[in-house]
Amino acid sequence: MSYLLRRTGFYLLTAWIAITINFLLPRLIPGDPVMSLINRAQGQLSTQAIQSLYVLFGLNKDESIFVQYGHYWAQLLHGDLGLSFAFFPTPVASVIADSLPWTLALVGITTLASFLLGTALGVYAGWRRGSWLDLVIPVTTFLSSVPYFWLGLIAIALFAGVNGIFPSSGGYEPGLVPGWDPDFLLSAVQHSLLPAVTILLSSMSGWILSMRNMMVTVAAEDYVTVAHAKGLSERRVMVSYAARNALLPSVSGFALSLGLVVGGTLLVEIVFSYPGLGFELFQAVGAKDYPLMQGIFLIITLSVLAANFVADLAYLVLDPRTRREG
Amino acid sequence: MSEIELEIKGLNVDYGLGEQSVHAVRDVDLTLRRGEVLGLAGESGSGKSTLAYGLTRLLPPPGVIRGGQVIYHPEQGEPFDVLGLSDRQLRAFRWAQTSIVFQGAMNSLNPVHKISTQLTDVLRAHEPGSTRAARLARARELLALVGIPADRLDSYPHQLSGGMRQRVMIGMALALRPKIVIMDEPTTALDVVVQRQILGQLVGLRERLGFSVLFITHDLSLLVEFSDRIAIMYGGRIVEQASAAGLHKDSLHPYSHGLLHSFPALRGPREELSGIPGSPPDLRSMPTGCAFHPRCPHSFDPCVRRVPELGAPQGRPEQDRSVACWLHPAS
Ligand SMILES: Nc1ncnc2c1ncn2[C@@H]1O[C@H](COP(=O)(O)OP(=O)(O)O)[C@@H](O)[C@H]1O
Ligand code: SF4
Ligand SMILES: [Mg+2]
Repeated sequence: MSYLLRRTGFYLLTAWIAITINFLLPRLIPGDPVMSLINRAQGQLSTQAIQSLYVLFGLNKDESIFVQYGHYWAQLLHGDLGLSFAFFPTPVASVIADSLPWTLALVGITTLASFLLGTALGVYAGWRRGSWLDLVIPVTTFLSSVPYFWLGLIAIALFAGVNGIFPSSGGYEPGLVPGWDPDFLLSAVQHSLLPAVTILLSSMSGWILSMRNMMVTVAAEDYVTVAHAKGLSERRVMVSYAARNALLPSVSGFALSLGLVVGGTLLVEIVFSYPGLGFELFQAVGAKDYPLMQGIFLIITLSVLAANFVADLAYLVLDPRTRREG
Repeated sequence: MSEIELEIKGLNVDYGLGEQSVHAVRDVDLTLRRGEVLGLAGESGSGKSTLAYGLTRLLPPPGVIRGGQVIYHPEQGEPFDVLGLSDRQLRAFRWAQTSIVFQGAMNSLNPVHKISTQLTDVLRAHEPGSTRAARLARARELLALVGIPADRLDSYPHQLSGGMRQRVMIGMALALRPKIVIMDEPTTALDVVVQRQILGQLVGLRERLGFSVLFITHDLSLLVEFSDRIAIMYGGRIVEQASAAGLHKDSLHPYSHGLLHSFPALRGPREELSGIPGSPPDLRSMPTGCAFHPRCPHSFDPCVRRVPELGAPQGRPEQDRSVACWLHPAS
């Protein structure tokens, strides 16, 4: 219990620090985001308009930094992340809300699938060393060692384009309106298949390898020999004595990769021009859209923290040794 | 002479194949009788664990059984060779007829499962028709048998002391009322007081429940006290076999003699520790003849050339004794 409290406290503190840094950073970096917007408007703004822009972005020079910090928190608690430069005057929060579901659906589902599939293959490969499954490992390792950019481009060249069966970019057919109707969903699935498969190919081998190695290590543990000696079925020994324990180290790795889902697999989304958060970040950087970058970074940081917190909780459930009091 | 429970005949176990293989167990003949405690002693690396793993077919890779038989004599029915059982038959045989308490007391329990889970899953595997309540009741009984309060069922292994964990393993070993319990250095990791407590308890249980025990240790003085018969192992072979009292009184093989005097006696006057000079043989390049000859104070002409056979020594009236040493050639 006290362990849980300590962890919760730790994560709250870290989140606070991250949010504060997010507040300070744009105020510390040289250059002025409002200036860059003004420059873009090429002198067509009045002094009054400029002043109201500063207020709008929370960079009001007339307020002390502490008052600004207070405003910042108040805005944050209302889900207000400021206004985007590039999509001015759309709020950052709604820009993010538009792209986040795409990333969550594509990268979230593939991360989960990659973990489940890779771990299952790793369990079997570790349990039956020397079987045909050992052939899977060099293949997947090769695929994961190919730089992702390449893998994506090759996939596009092979399967997409003029003669291809898959679209090479975007999240859905341009003519369609996003919604829960069959046409749109079908198109979205079709657009996500190629990026999804390339993510799977490049990320699965990590799970296979780490699970396989842990299985080999755990299979030599005394309690596995005891389980065999007890005459338990092969399946029971493999699942509940070997795999159950071999899984533990993978849990934190999985949590970490879940946390990174929100950031999107930047490269994937760039290669496939996928309308997710990663692609959004890429565009924000290009457009010097500081509020948007800031908002995306904040979301990424918080989701990494949340994922780690979930990993801690999972550990608590999966490994009774962490439940020790005190 | 009482009935035979288990006969090991000409058992050979190697680690690895071909040139590089290590012959860890060589031509071992050993008989376990109903209800007895048979002690197996020898320095570390002499092949005791390999023998135990071999006869239960639990050898870790790259261990392979190269030859021999392990004949089990059930109370009813025909004797059969354990090494010839199919996988399914073997699973049914394991734990129900022979259970094992391993050397690694600390690691024999899976850290992520409760004690109750680990006690009941063996019951469920062998008695699929049993109810959950019946299995839990049996688990409680088993803990009571080894003197552990029933509320420990809900504990995880890390919440128990080393001694308690080993007791749980002994209770678990008795779950299916096996005929044979093999104990491979079950108490080596524990302190002396706890060791003796547990062994005393074990001997009591054996009298009540009537199983036989193959007790493996490198501590011969422990065996002299707790076992009926003792076999001594050296370089993968059995070099002497005798009743515990007989061996203690008068060991014939120079290696047995050395072992007996390597440990201070637990009872009686303390003797000088002598130990055995030299180190155990390298299994990859065994000495010719008697493997013990480089370390033997009595080594003489035939020892270097020919392997002495294990057999009853000539001119000895007492029965049930065999030795492999040229000083006491077989009759
Ligand atoms: N997994 C293994 N691989 C190779 N050699 C082994 C393995 N396990 C044991 N051995 C060898 O077999 C011999 C006997 O080992 P073991 O049966 O564990 O002896 P003991 O239990 O008497 O200490 C040792 O010399 C050791 O080198
Ligand atoms: S056979 Fe020879 S070397 Fe071997 S124990 Fe006997 S006397 Fe010693
Ligand atoms: Mg051993």
